Amino acid sequence: MTQPIISISDLNTHYGDRQVLFDVNLHVQPGEIMVIMGGSGSGKSTLLKHLLALKKPTQGEIEIDGQNIGSISSKNLRELRKKMGVAFQGGALLSSLTVGENVRLPLEHNSKLDKQTIDIMVRLKLELMNLSGFENLMPSELSGGMLKRAGLARAVIMDPKILCFDEPSAGLDPVTSVELDELILKLREAMNMTMVIVTHELESAFKIADRIMVLFDGKVATVGTPDEIRASSDQRIQNLINRKPREEAIDGEAYLQRLVTGN
Amino acid sequence: MNIEISDFEQFKVVKLLGEVDLHNSREVKNTLLDYVEKQCHVLVDFSGLDYIDSSGMATLVEAFNRSKTKNVGLHIVGATGAPLQVFKLTRLDSIFSLFDSVEQAAEQLAE
Repeated sequence: MTQPIISISDLNTHYGDRQVLFDVNLHVQPGEIMVIMGGSGSGKSTLLKHLLALKKPTQGEIEIDGQNIGSISSKNLRELRKKMGVAFQGGALLSSLTVGENVRLPLEHNSKLDKQTIDIMVRLKLELMNLSGFENLMPSELSGGMLKRAGLARAVIMDPKILCFDEPSAGLDPVTSVELDELILKLREAMNMTMVIVTHELESAFKIADRIMVLFDGKVATVGTPDEIRASSDQRIQNLINRKPREEAIDGEAYLQRLVTGN
Repeated sequence: MNIEISDFEQFKVVKLLGEVDLHNSREVKNTLLDYVEKQCHVLVDFSGLDYIDSSGMATLVEAFNRSKTKNVGLHIVGATGAPLQVFKLTRLDSIFSLFDSVEQAAEQLAE
């Protein structure tokens, strides 16, 4: 087995006193598409923040491309981040710049390429995202799906080794969503990108994932191939797949305490 | 990355070896533009290439565009694996002519 490009070992994380991740372990191989699934508040986005080294672990270790995120120097972190692309849920484009200016931003900061080379690179990525001709529009003139694709164009403009993608298909119409899934698979095939994708969308997850990690309340329920996840005997996973609401027994006394005292 | 230059019939063969990325694509660009300016017909040989990123692909587009105004040929030979996938992904296979080998390109372009 090759060396994992992402290694998370015994990760524990808190926001203040509240623990949000419990003993998370995850190893992602180069070129693998790892999908992180789980309900709202399960810790998916917090895990993504750790992968981007935006948040340091309270306990545990994270290694990305051979670098330990807990002890990495700021210079090495800058270099590491050049190899990582991030596509945020809403695109997160800068509203005062055009679509093209947003997409070329990482190259202008991190490369010494000629303007014309950068122009062509930006247009290649916009073509790839079906956004040709939108280069000079402002983000406010784009639909939600277009913003997401423009955000993805910016995320891959440096041809990252690792792409982190938060909710690729949320809020997209079914056709655009399927096209985006196809694009993700093609990007991996041509560029051999490793991808960590956070999603709620089951259909999309089962289509693109090599393996899926399911998180419940900050704990890893399981990590497995789509077939293994489908065959899981864990009732909570079956509920997630079959879209059943959670049934939690309510402790009346504890509920009263929370309402009255806030604890 | 290394660049090997050779002659085959009327062509300059520019063979790219290893990986073309942000750090060295300018070198590829300068080499290609140099031959195009000298009115050479160019075959860019991908057979020793492991990886080419978008800056490399953009460079090829720039050189190809220049070759058209200079009325010389610029073609790709020997692309396989990931570099070929990049051509297909970016649909640049609709702009460039791709040939299996230098010999095949020379033979077909002579017709």
